[in-house]
Amino acid sequence: MEIIIPILTAAVRSGTPILYATLGEILTEKGGVLNLGLEGIMLLGAYSGFSVAYSTGSAWLGVVAAFLVGCLLGLLHAFICVSLKGNQVVAGLAMTMFGTGASSLLGRSLVGFTIPGLDRISVPLLGDIPLLGPVFFQHDAMLYCSYALVLFFCWYFSSTRPGLNLRAVGDNPRAADAMGIPVAKIRYIYTMVGAGIVALGGAYMSLAYTKMWGELMTAGRGWIAVALVIFAIWNPARAALGAYLFGGVEAFQLRLQTAGTTIPAPILMMLPYLMTVAVLLFISIRKGKGIVFGAPASLGLPFFREERD
Amino acid sequence: MDLPQPLVRMENITKRFAGVTANSSIDFDVRPGEVHALLGENGAGKSTLMNILYGLYRPDEGTIFANGRKRVFFSPRDALAAGIGMVHQHFMLIQSQTVWENMILGLKDLPFIIPKKTIRERILELSSRYGLEVQPDASVWQLSIGEQQRVAILQMLFRQAKILILDEPTAVLIPQEAERLFETIRQMTAEGHGVVFISHKLDEVMKLSSRVTILRKGALVGTVETAETTKEELAEMMVGRKLLFRIDRPDLAPGRDVLACKCLTARGDRGFLAVKSVSLAVREREILGIAGVAGNGQQELCEALTGLRKAESGTVLVDGRDLTNASPKVFIDSGVHYIPADRRGTGMVPNMNVSENAILKRYWNRPVSKGWFIQWKEVFSFARDLIARFSVSTPSIDTPVRNLSGGNLQKLMLGRELSDSPRVLLAVHPTWGLDVSAAGFVREQLLCQRERGGAVLLVSEDLEELITMSDRLAVMCKGEIMGILDRPSEVPVEAIGLMMAGTPLEDLQREPLSS
Amino acid sequence: MRMTVRIEPRLSVPPGLKLLIPLLSLGAALFSGGIFLYFLGVSPLKAYSVILKSSLGDSYGISETIVKAIPLTMAAIAVMLSFTMLIWNIGAEGQIFMGAIATAATVRYFSVDSRPAMYLLMFLAAGAAGGVWGAIAGYFRAKWNVNEIITTLMLNYVAMNLLNYFVFGPWRDPSSLGFPMTAVFPDSARLPFLWGTRIHTGLFLALLLPLLFWGILRYTRWGYEIRVMGENPRAASFAGMSYLKNVVLVMFLSGAIAGIAGMGELAGLQGRLQHGFSGGYGYTAIIVAWLARLHPLAIVLVSFLMGILLVGGETLQIVMRLPLSSVMVLQGLILFFVLGGEFFRKFRIRIRFLKGAPTEPLREESQPWK
Repeated sequence: MEIIIPILTAAVRSGTPILYATLGEILTEKGGVLNLGLEGIMLLGAYSGFSVAYSTGSAWLGVVAAFLVGCLLGLLHAFICVSLKGNQVVAGLAMTMFGTGASSLLGRSLVGFTIPGLDRISVPLLGDIPLLGPVFFQHDAMLYCSYALVLFFCWYFSSTRPGLNLRAVGDNPRAADAMGIPVAKIRYIYTMVGAGIVALGGAYMSLAYTKMWGELMTAGRGWIAVALVIFAIWNPARAALGAYLFGGVEAFQLRLQTAGTTIPAPILMMLPYLMTVAVLLFISIRKGKGIVFGAPASLGLPFFREERD
Repeated sequence: MDLPQPLVRMENITKRFAGVTANSSIDFDVRPGEVHALLGENGAGKSTLMNILYGLYRPDEGTIFANGRKRVFFSPRDALAAGIGMVHQHFMLIQSQTVWENMILGLKDLPFIIPKKTIRERILELSSRYGLEVQPDASVWQLSIGEQQRVAILQMLFRQAKILILDEPTAVLIPQEAERLFETIRQMTAEGHGVVFISHKLDEVMKLSSRVTILRKGALVGTVETAETTKEELAEMMVGRKLLFRIDRPDLAPGRDVLACKCLTARGDRGFLAVKSVSLAVREREILGIAGVAGNGQQELCEALTGLRKAESGTVLVDGRDLTNASPKVFIDSGVHYIPADRRGTGMVPNMNVSENAILKRYWNRPVSKGWFIQWKEVFSFARDLIARFSVSTPSIDTPVRNLSGGNLQKLMLGRELSDSPRVLLAVHPTWGLDVSAAGFVREQLLCQRERGGAVLLVSEDLEELITMSDRLAVMCKGEIMGILDRPSEVPVEAIGLMMAGTPLEDLQREPLSS
Repeated sequence: MRMTVRIEPRLSVPPGLKLLIPLLSLGAALFSGGIFLYFLGVSPLKAYSVILKSSLGDSYGISETIVKAIPLTMAAIAVMLSFTMLIWNIGAEGQIFMGAIATAATVRYFSVDSRPAMYLLMFLAAGAAGGVWGAIAGYFRAKWNVNEIITTLMLNYVAMNLLNYFVFGPWRDPSSLGFPMTAVFPDSARLPFLWGTRIHTGLFLALLLPLLFWGILRYTRWGYEIRVMGENPRAASFAGMSYLKNVVLVMFLSGAIAGIAGMGELAGLQGRLQHGFSGGYGYTAIIVAWLARLHPLAIVLVSFLMGILLVGGETLQIVMRLPLSSVMVLQGLILFFVLGGEFFRKFRIRIRFLKGAPTEPLREESQPWK
């Protein structure tokens, strides 16, 4: 028990950035827009969160800044993909390059500094439950927000009017348009908000997880999140499961390294990436056998009304 | 006569698409309580005009008045707000959502949290009032085409549309279902709704409408009172000449089986059985028609017969050779050619040019290619020959086929599939969406293939076409063959309708139609 | 009078626009990159002139630009091949790594003293390693429809860590003072340099491959099949082409070419395997391929242009203390603008003036549902 609790606790903590990124991407993809630029958005989110927190001394201002920067990047992506109808895959790659380059260019003067970051708050009552308490309820407020976000998304997609319209736009924009739903506007909004939430994932890394800024600090988590969206079949609750699974692999791998195992570090560091491929393979093989719904049918396709057959 | 104020009036509407004038200064109006039929050939501009009224397209010129006030519709949202609803030929439904979810899409003044119970009650109330039976909690993809149409109509009634535009609503229905739809329409007009009924079927127009507006090649031919006109007059206004379509089908003695299947079973894209133990054979010098409402396994059957879909069980024979689950190439090499319904998505490569598309089914054959290499000179001369023989009108052989009109695209495809003198041609909806002359050309070519000694398997939703073209007619419902009629033209249409709805032929023969 | 703005799909692209659009996109990207630099307190004019001078200013600069363009061209051909079939191989970087690892392994374990034999061995090993790396993703995609973007990317990270494992571990040269690198390759495993510059004989491969693939795509049956499959996979199966088989084949070839690019870089330029040796050629190749609109011959030209940026970026690092990442910012911006430019190829904007007073639309009227 003594060994397991710290690993599980670390799993939840290191899974949270991925969870934010996955949730943001789910929101974007539900509307039919594919944003592969998560890696770049997370990095810029991590940078802007850290730099604002560092200069103002308020971690929460950092969180807000990261969200706004994410929204701005989402706006750029939406402009290219929705208004200019550009190729969404390539736009995502461009975003990754831009975000990676810009964050390390802007952040070069911040390398090496640390901040106090977000405080650890133990939730009263819940935090005292054995096992579950330390694993889930002795973290910081931003991590608790991610729980709320998962629940909120589940409810939003299934039971609210805007959630219904969002799904309609992602599944069949032509039909949604014919029903009077403003397709472009909805795609803009959710691409922006989605990217904002992705950026929160980055901010969580620099404000709560490492409490410092480092070049390329997300190390592929953005891409893992893209894979997790598929694993989660666009279901927020499954996304949480997947994110913690990956957090667990990472925590386990770090634990092994610090415990001084004989397995070389680079081999251990392959684990999350190999695991991503394995998870994707698993879900795809299963999908081949049964029917899994959830993928927005028009994902990645631009919508243009006056196109005639 | 004291005419009521029209619900909506379109004046002088002109709409151009890149290079094509789809509508030129057309006037149109709808009065409360009337069925106003919009009649015209495919491509005459009926759907375009109604899409303008529904706010999907914006007119280049002209004005729309709704309830006596001048309106500009920027999107369907504006049209819906003005009480105009449209049911498209391809229903605008979200397949993955339930019926009730589809019902409230885009509704503005609904509470943030969806009041599911109230909505269900309202759906049931409307559906019993108009005789549109639906289950609110079913997912749309599980529904038959007829059920989906009811959902689409309810969708418009749900938002209290005063004017309902129905775009070729009977094309996807069996005769009995169409009759039920007419009842619903009568109920709506009795309550003061105005209905626009788009069609090219004269019988229906005569039966249902009170006024008819005829379009030809994007221009207005005229608006007449149905009571004061005749079918022949309408036909002449629609086509511009007296003759509709005449088939010259000499009697030929059929030969050996060319393409046959025994107990063929195949799954659809969603994993359910789409073709259930189908046995049939197409013979030389014969056209075998397959009738059925769209989505009853015709497409899957054709794909299984051409190697494009895996057969779960059963056998496929071509000239007596067992080709079950052989690759599509083997089928092509054995002379099995196929005109799919989805021309742009399956049959053609829209971004490639005419010559590249012309060799799609023969690029591995001499002289078009030699060894590993494509002989472009031969390709060009083949393509030129093809467009000349099948009178494809295209600016050049370098034009991407996405720029071709539907009729020319179909001629090109027909030419490509027939240029090899195939043993058997499978044609799915070959005349769908074509104007009368292009459709006539396609029909002639199919008959030509028959006279040449080849076989034709013709899948269509147009019963009239099937009955006049086919030597024998198989009727398909839910993946099964309900029966094969030997002389389809002598069988009452109602009987075919019953078979399309799922009554096997034996049952019909046991209790013949009383009428 | 009222004005309407409408967007219409183009039927054909005027020839002038075909050239104008990429040039304008490039210009706009450099302009906005300049603004970015300006806000960082760097003079964009000075930065750009440094880039141009260092890469094109003298024969050394030009030769260095060519040195960068060699692996870039090969990687871009690799990427182009898969993109032509609409398979998104984002894994050229990892395939380059695998090719390099295989080259180093050949040198370490199968060293022979004959140059031609060594070249052949390295070529085959690098091609096979990169090819298998690509084919894994291709097979998963073909067989179970696993998203190849993610697979290839994840395999990049795996390959990077594999390389790290070797250079930090078993293959580290004891005399390298602790730097993560292998021993220098023997002469028999080195490609000769040309004209006294650092341009190596990999250049010929970088010129040959585009020509070869241009010919293949244009004149062979297989090339025709690949193009059809890329444009419309359903029409391809309809015409009897085997999509699944070709996905694996194309991914293998794509990976193999990238792997060979890695070999060229090692045997030609660097002479040893070291940590972080590639510098992102695999990613830059994606921009090159897209900018060249997947045309094999245009790739050569675009690679050279991108080489200018890479050489310039390295000089900026020394002269103006700008990190190498500033090049990535520019690359990202170029890609954004090229994508934006596509819009003007596909659509035209029609502004027309119509007679008649504007009509006030009656909008947002409530839609009663009860």
